[in-house]
Amino acid sequence: MNNVVEEKFATPDKRSASMPGFVQMLIRDYRLYVLASPGLLFFLIFKYVPMWGLLLAFKDYSPYMGFWESKWVGFKYFEELFRNTDFPLLFRNTFAISLMNIFLFFPLPIILALLLNEVKKQVFKRVVQTLIYLPHFISWVVIVGICYLLFSQGDGVVNKLLVEAGYSKINFLSNPDTFWFMLTTQSIWKEAGWGTIIFLAALSGINPELYESAQIDGANRWKQAVHITLPGIRSIIVILLILRMGSILEVGFEHIYLMTSSPVSHVADVFDTYAYRSGVQNGRFSFATAVGIFKSMIGLVLVVLANKLSKRFGEEGIY
Amino acid sequence: MKAKASSRVADSLIYLMLTLVTLITFLPFLYIFFVSFTDAQEFHTKSIILIPEKWSLSSYRYIMSTKMFIRSLGVSGLLAVVGSVIGLAISNTLAYTLSRKRLLGRKYLLMGIVFTMLFSAGMIPNYILVKNLGLMNTIWALILPALTGGWNIILMKSFFEEIPAELEDAGRIDGCSDFGIYFRIMLPLSLPSLAAFGLFYAVGYWNTYFAGVLYISNETLRPMQVVLQMMLIQASTLVGNASIANELQAEQQLPPETIKMAAVIISTLPILMVYPFLQRYFVQGLTLGSVKG
Repeated sequence: MNNVVEEKFATPDKRSASMPGFVQMLIRDYRLYVLASPGLLFFLIFKYVPMWGLLLAFKDYSPYMGFWESKWVGFKYFEELFRNTDFPLLFRNTFAISLMNIFLFFPLPIILALLLNEVKKQVFKRVVQTLIYLPHFISWVVIVGICYLLFSQGDGVVNKLLVEAGYSKINFLSNPDTFWFMLTTQSIWKEAGWGTIIFLAALSGINPELYESAQIDGANRWKQAVHITLPGIRSIIVILLILRMGSILEVGFEHIYLMTSSPVSHVADVFDTYAYRSGVQNGRFSFATAVGIFKSMIGLVLVVLANKLSKRFGEEGIY
Repeated sequence: MKAKASSRVADSLIYLMLTLVTLITFLPFLYIFFVSFTDAQEFHTKSIILIPEKWSLSSYRYIMSTKMFIRSLGVSGLLAVVGSVIGLAISNTLAYTLSRKRLLGRKYLLMGIVFTMLFSAGMIPNYILVKNLGLMNTIWALILPALTGGWNIILMKSFFEEIPAELEDAGRIDGCSDFGIYFRIMLPLSLPSLAAFGLFYAVGYWNTYFAGVLYISNETLRPMQVVLQMMLIQASTLVGNASIANELQAEQQLPPETIKMAAVIISTLPILMVYPFLQRYFVQGLTLGSVKG
């Protein structure tokens, strides 16, 4: 099967007269293709076959008829999505949660990395890193569970402390006014520490001589941070920001699904949870696929826009 | 002199802020840990518990006696072992192959893999695929779709590219075939990256939650996170699974909170135990590819 892929994509090589021929190269390297084949098979079946499934959005899919027998219906399901009264709500929730992530979450790993970079005591640095990376490895189920145990109105320790201090209890978990903020805080708590890794790696690539000459010129640490450190990691910041723009509508399905309760459903419903409900729970596969495609398309457009923008400002971009 | 003093102030501020961040990250775990060991009576009489006066194992003993939770731990353990072994096997071989510059079609295969990082079909087509493959309600529905991903392949590939080419030449002179070079030279050399990705994969499988909701309706195959979610979140809002709510209420003397906290501790314990040993590997493995490209 790999051979088929190879032949299809191979471009005629101008130097082929002096190079081993195409078939010879395949024969020579057949062992490598054998090694690669289980992995390639995985990508083919579990990443590329589902892409065919996207066509379902343009069909009236019914599990009984199957993929081929189902009728083509064009953009019917997209129209249904846009006309739906839930649509503005989904749009608002998804964007709001995502924007809060970009504005509140995104800068924090950078700040943390800059702080860690200033630490000279290696032991302290290592202890801090070990502990702030840890929540990344904990499942959302446990994180949301801990949040319930700490913040619940009945027995949560935070509310108990509030009562002890003479305040009244606060409804943290099912308050629509603070729901987005709660989500963002949880994401920050789980991932901000982990997010520092990539920035710390970039920081370690900055030439130390730059700092030495800045010191000779009399720059203090703040000035060094602003004029050397930040510009040194600027391109990686831009790249990560672009990638984040692309996933602007990816708002952490598992997380939101776990945090949703009926009092907050009107602020918690996003495209993903909506697709899950209509597709898996109500069996409307074609409609749910259309919701998914709409989401990916916006993501794609945003990546392209962000990439253009970053190039206009003289940065590299991701392609 | 003045610069030095202000630098010292800056230093203490930096240390203070980092300590604060670390405490905020870590204290919730510590609190859950302490309360899970608190004696039932102490829990009922005192309003706030920090460090228990009387340590008790009864919450743990209770959880160990529930069939559902223990069985689900077994399912998740199986997922973690089988999933990460298969995942490592297919991703390491693929990454090695793609690191060989002479491979015909390498560029296109790489492009195909990078594309899956930018665009994926999404939940519904994946669900239909799993269904059509007949994997519903089998352990394979939880393992196969999550074996690896493009990002891992790219990082592993750059790991292999760091290995000096002379080693391969030496192997070839000694008469090794491509298999020999991979299995006898490259595979042993890639142990650090295998350790790092093994941890990532195992944690990923250990944390399998939503696939369990989507693909598993058979109670005996439920992964641990699904059962944990029923205990922690559903039971507390009293809309949860009746059998678990009953199980939790069955032991009247034990407060549900300490049982839940004990469940949280048991479920995160394996991660907490392997994490410190593998930490140096995963930072290495992760930063290597991402910075050098």
